[in-house]
Amino acid sequence: MEHIKKLEIELAAKIAAASNEAALEAVRVAALGKKGAVSERMKTLGKMSADERKQMGPALNGLKARITQAVEARKATLEAAALDARLASEKVDITLPVRPSPKGKIHPVSQVTEEVVAIFSAMGFDVAEGPDIEDDFHNFTALNFPADHPARDMHDTFFFEPKADGERMLLRTHTSPVQIRTMKTQPPPIRIIIPGRTYRCDSDQTHTPMFHQVEGLVIDRQTNMGHLKGTLEAFCKAFFEVDSVKTRFRPHFFPFTEPSAEMDIGYERVGKEIRIGQGADWMEILGCGMVHPNVLENCGLDPDDFQGFAFGMGIDRLAMLKYGIPDLRDFFAADARWLEHYGFDPLDQPNLATGLSR
Amino acid sequence: MKFTLSWLKEHLETSASLDDIVAAMVSVGLEVEDVENPAERLAAFTIGEVLEADKHPDADKLKICRVATKDGEMQIVCGAPNARAGIKIAYAPVGAYVPGIDVTLKKAKIRGVESFGMMCSAREMELGDDHDGIIEAPAEAAVGDPVAGWLGVNDPVIDFEVTPNRSDTNGVNGVARDLAAAGLGKLITPQPVAIKGDFPCAQKIGLRFSDATQDACPAFAGRIIKNVQNGPSPQWLQDKLRAIGLRPINALVDITNYMSYDRARPLHVYDADKLNGEIHARLGERGETFLALDGKEYVADETMTVIADDNGVVGLGGVMGGESTGCTPETTSVFIECACFDPLRTAKTGRKTGINSDARYRFERGVDPDFVMPGLEMATRLVMDMCGGAPSEITLSGSIPQTDHVVLFPPSEVTRLTGMKTSPENCESILTALGFAVAKSDPWQVTAPSWRPDIGGKADLVEEIARIIGFDHLPTQMLPQRAAVEMPKLTLSQDRRRLARRGLAAHGLHEIVTWSFMDARAAALFCPQVEHSGEEWLKAQGLILANPISSDLAAMRPSILPNLAAALQRNADHGRNDLALFEVAPVYQGDTPDKQINVAAGARRSSPPRHWQGAEAPANVFDVKADALVALDAAGAPLASLQASADAPSWYHPGRSGVLRLGPKVLAHFGELHPGVLKAMDIDGSVHGFEVFLDTIPTPKKKPTKTRPALNASELLALTRDFAFVVDEDIAAAVLLKAVLGADKKYITGVRLFDVYRGKGVDDGKKSLAVEVAIQPQGKTFTDEEIEAIAARIVAQATKATGGVLRA
Repeated sequence: MEHIKKLEIELAAKIAAASNEAALEAVRVAALGKKGAVSERMKTLGKMSADERKQMGPALNGLKARITQAVEARKATLEAAALDARLASEKVDITLPVRPSPKGKIHPVSQVTEEVVAIFSAMGFDVAEGPDIEDDFHNFTALNFPADHPARDMHDTFFFEPKADGERMLLRTHTSPVQIRTMKTQPPPIRIIIPGRTYRCDSDQTHTPMFHQVEGLVIDRQTNMGHLKGTLEAFCKAFFEVDSVKTRFRPHFFPFTEPSAEMDIGYERVGKEIRIGQGADWMEILGCGMVHPNVLENCGLDPDDFQGFAFGMGIDRLAMLKYGIPDLRDFFAADARWLEHYGFDPLDQPNLATGLSR
Repeated sequence: MKFTLSWLKEHLETSASLDDIVAAMVSVGLEVEDVENPAERLAAFTIGEVLEADKHPDADKLKICRVATKDGEMQIVCGAPNARAGIKIAYAPVGAYVPGIDVTLKKAKIRGVESFGMMCSAREMELGDDHDGIIEAPAEAAVGDPVAGWLGVNDPVIDFEVTPNRSDTNGVNGVARDLAAAGLGKLITPQPVAIKGDFPCAQKIGLRFSDATQDACPAFAGRIIKNVQNGPSPQWLQDKLRAIGLRPINALVDITNYMSYDRARPLHVYDADKLNGEIHARLGERGETFLALDGKEYVADETMTVIADDNGVVGLGGVMGGESTGCTPETTSVFIECACFDPLRTAKTGRKTGINSDARYRFERGVDPDFVMPGLEMATRLVMDMCGGAPSEITLSGSIPQTDHVVLFPPSEVTRLTGMKTSPENCESILTALGFAVAKSDPWQVTAPSWRPDIGGKADLVEEIARIIGFDHLPTQMLPQRAAVEMPKLTLSQDRRRLARRGLAAHGLHEIVTWSFMDARAAALFCPQVEHSGEEWLKAQGLILANPISSDLAAMRPSILPNLAAALQRNADHGRNDLALFEVAPVYQGDTPDKQINVAAGARRSSPPRHWQGAEAPANVFDVKADALVALDAAGAPLASLQASADAPSWYHPGRSGVLRLGPKVLAHFGELHPGVLKAMDIDGSVHGFEVFLDTIPTPKKKPTKTRPALNASELLALTRDFAFVVDEDIAAAVLLKAVLGADKKYITGVRLFDVYRGKGVDDGKKSLAVEVAIQPQGKTFTDEEIEAIAARIVAQATKATGGVLRA
C-alpha cells in the first residue's frame, strides 16, 4: 500500500507541475495510458490472490479515479489560464469607426402624402388619382369655369402645342379634374382624396411651376358644410398632432363650389418656430366648399338629389408648416444635405396606431 | 381694391370701429389683405410753431428757426422758402423716421449751426408730391397735436381682395351694402338725381353690330356738356384718390376714376370737339390701330369691341380710351360715354392687348347694367359741380339689358347645404338687404339685383345667406362611419409605389422629387428608338409645352434618368460625389392618361470614401441591377421568374447594361449610362442608373385567404457539390445557372455562382464558371450512387446548354 501512496504523491506533484496542456497530457499518459504507472499496476490485479485483490482493487481504483480527477482539474485550470492569456492578447480599439451603412431618406412630400392618406383612410376616404396631362373639359369646363372667364386667369396654365383639330392639352392646374373623372365613372356615395402633382406657370420665392395638392371629395345625399368643417377640423388636429386646432371658415369664391370657403388655422410664432393650432394669428391653409350644382350636372348627377363637399390643399405647404421647412424651392432641388436633414427614415411609415411621426 | 374708412362712411352709417368693420368684411367674404392707417405711420410727427426765423449767417437759402414743439423750444435749420415766424408746421424730432427721404433723423450741424429735428414737406411725409416748401397746418392746430388729424390723413385705408364673382364690390357702395346686410349699419348711398338737358345732344351715337354680335355692346348712352372748364379736381377728390394710390390728373379724369371706385361704374369722357361724326361701337377690323391713353399703340381685330368715329378707332370698348380724343386742360366741351360691354370680349381684348385698366377689370367681371343711366347722371352732376358747363339731353343707343333673373328657392336649401339652422324670416331679411326681391310663393321666387351677375341658382342664394350669417355658425358634424374598421385604401399601383420607395430608401438611396418637365434636348436622348429623332418623337407624342416657364423646362420627361443624373452632378459640384438618388413618379410617353406611367428610377455616382477596413468598390452595373431588384422585390415582382437580357435602350452603355423581363414584358432597365449621353448633358464621370416599370409587374392572383403553404424544411442536411465549367466567353452565366438548377427539379434546391475565371489553364476566348450546387435529400440520405447520378445529370445539362466542358 505504501508504494501506492508514494506513486500518488509523485503523480500529484507531476500534475501540479505540468505547465501546459501537452505536459499534462504526458503526465496523464504516463499514469493512466496503456503502459502508464497506474495502468501497469491495475494489470497485476489479475494475478493476485482474492484477498490481496480485495485490498488492492479498491486502492488502485481509488488511485485511478483521483489521478483522473486531478488531471481534469489541472486541465481546466490550464485551459482557463490559456483562455485568459488569449483574451488578453486579443484586444481591439473599439473606438474605431464602423463602416457606415448607407441609409436613404424618404422625401417630405411622400411622407406627408402618406400621413394625409393615413388620416383620411381612417375617415373612410379612398385614394383616387388621375393624369397630369389633362384636357380643357376636365380641368376647367366641367368644373364650371366658363370659357374666357377671368377665373381661368387665376390659374396660370401650362398648355401644350395645339393639335391638328385645335384641341389644346394642358398640365392640370389642380387635382380637381380627378373629381370629374371619379364622378363620371363611379356612382355615389363617393368619399375620396386625390393626391398628386399639379402645375402652374409661376415661379418665384413661394411658387414653383410644379407642386403637390391633395383634394377631397364627398358625394352622397346628406353631406353638408357642417360635415366639411368637422372633417377638416379632425384632419388638422390629427395631421398637426395637437390636442386642438383653432379654425376659421371664410366665404370665398371658387367656380366649382357653392357656397365656397377658405379655412384658416390659428397659429403663433414662438421664436423662429410656427406653432399651429392656437394663437392670435390666422393662416389660410385650404379652399373648400359644397360641390357646385353645375359640376354635379356636368357629371350626370342631379344636384337636387346628390350633394357633397370638396376641398383642396397644398401638400408641400402642409409639410413646410408641420416640419418647419423654410423654402418651397428646396423641395425640388435634390440637395443631399437637405434630403438628409428634412427627409424621413424609411422605417417611419405613417400609421395612426404608432403616431404619424416620431 | 382699396378704400378709406371715411369713404365707406359716405355709404354706410355706422358706429362700428375699424376693427369691427374689418372683422365683418372677412366674415362676409371680403378678404381684407391690409389695413393701413396713415396716422400710425405719421405718429412721430407733431405740430410745431415757428417762433422766429432768422437767416443762416453762412447760407443764403437756409434759415435758423426757433420752434415751439412738444419737446420744448428747439432750434431747427430749414431750407424751405415758406419757413417763417407764426406758421404751424409738422415737426419731426431727432430719432424720428422720415419716410419720404428714408432717413432717421440725428442731431445735425448744418453749415456750422446745430439743428434739432426737422420741419417736413408733404413729400417728406409721403403725403403728396409737394416739395416746394414745408407743410403748413391750420393756425388753430395746437403745438404737440399729432399732425395726421390736422392734415386730413387720419383716415385708415382698407385693401381687400375682390373675388371674381363679386364685381359689385369693386365699388365702395357694394362693400357698404354687404356690411349693412351683416348688421353693421345702414346703407345710405345717395341715389343720383336726373338732370334735365338744356339742349338736344348733337353727338350721334351708333351701335354697328350684327344680330349675332349685338351682345358685345347692348347699350351705349352719352351726353354732351358744353362750356366746361377742366382743371385740378377739388381737394376732397384728390385726397380720396391719392389715399387709394391713384394719381389725380384733372377733374374730368378724376371723376371717371371716382365713379369706378365709388360705384364700380367705369365711364369715359371724350373731348367732344375732337370727335368727328357719329361715335359708334362695333367690332374691330383686323389691322386697325389706335393710340391709347397709356401712350402705346394697339392693333384691334374682329374679336374686339372698339369705339370709333369717322376718323377711326378712338377706344377699346370697356378697356381703354384713345389719346386723340382724350380730355386736356384746354377741353371745353365733353362727351360722356356710359355703356355696357360684354364681359367675355372685354376679358379677351384685355388679355390680347395686355392692358390692365380699372375699366377692363370691372367690365370683364360684370358691371351693373341698370346703373347706366344713373351713372351718367351722377357723372354729369360731378362734371357740372367741378367744371361748370351745360348738359345736353341724354342719348341712348340700344337698350339696357334685362337682368331680372329669378331663382326658385325653397329656404330649406340653407340647412340642406350648410347644416345651419335659420328661420325663413332671417333668410328673407338677408336677401332683401342684399338687394334681392323675394316673392314668398312656394318655393320662393327670388330675383337677383342687377349688380349680381354671379347669381345663378339656389346654391348661390344659400351662399349669400350663409355668408351674411357668418360661417362661424356652421355646425361641426362628422361624416357617418362607413365601417367599424376601414378596409385598406391604396390601390395596387399606389401600394407598389409606396413599397418601392420604402425599399429603395432602406437600401441606401435618397428619394428626390424633380420636375415633370425637362430640357427638350436632354429628353430627346431618352426617347424610344424609332425612325424619328427624339425631338420629333416628343413633338409627335404631344409632349412639348407651348408656354414653358423657361426653355430648358419645355418637354414632358420620357424618363427620370436625366433629372437624376443632373441632380447627381449638382451635388457633385459641391462636393457630394458619392451619392445614390431615386424618384418614384410618372414619366410621359404621350398625352393620354394611359401614356403616363409609373416608374421607380434611381442613379448612382460613386467615389467610395476611404475606410480603415478598406474602401468599397465604386458603383458598377451590378449595384444598379441590385437596386432594380430591390425595387422589383418590394413592389412584388416574381424575382425568380425574371430573365435578364442585354438589350437595354440607347441611353445605356451597350456592353454594361441590361433589361429585366418576363418574356416580352420589360420590367426594368439598368446599367451604366451611355458616356455620349452624359457628355451631351454636360455630366462628368460615370453614372449608373436603373428604371423599374412598376405598372408592368403582373398583377398577383387574388387568393381567397392569406394562408401560406406549409414549410417544407427537411430534417436532413443538404449537401453541396462544386462544379466548374469552361464555356465560351459569350455564354451568359444565366444560361448555365438555369441549366444546373433544372438538372434535377426534385433534389437541387439552389445554385450559387462563386467564381468567374479567365487565365492560366483556361484557353483564350473561354471562361470558367464555378458553381456550388445545393442538393437536398428527401426522406432519406443519399447513397453514393444517387449523388453520382445527380452530379452526372448536372454535368450533362450544363454541357448541353452551354457547350462547355467540366473543368478538370
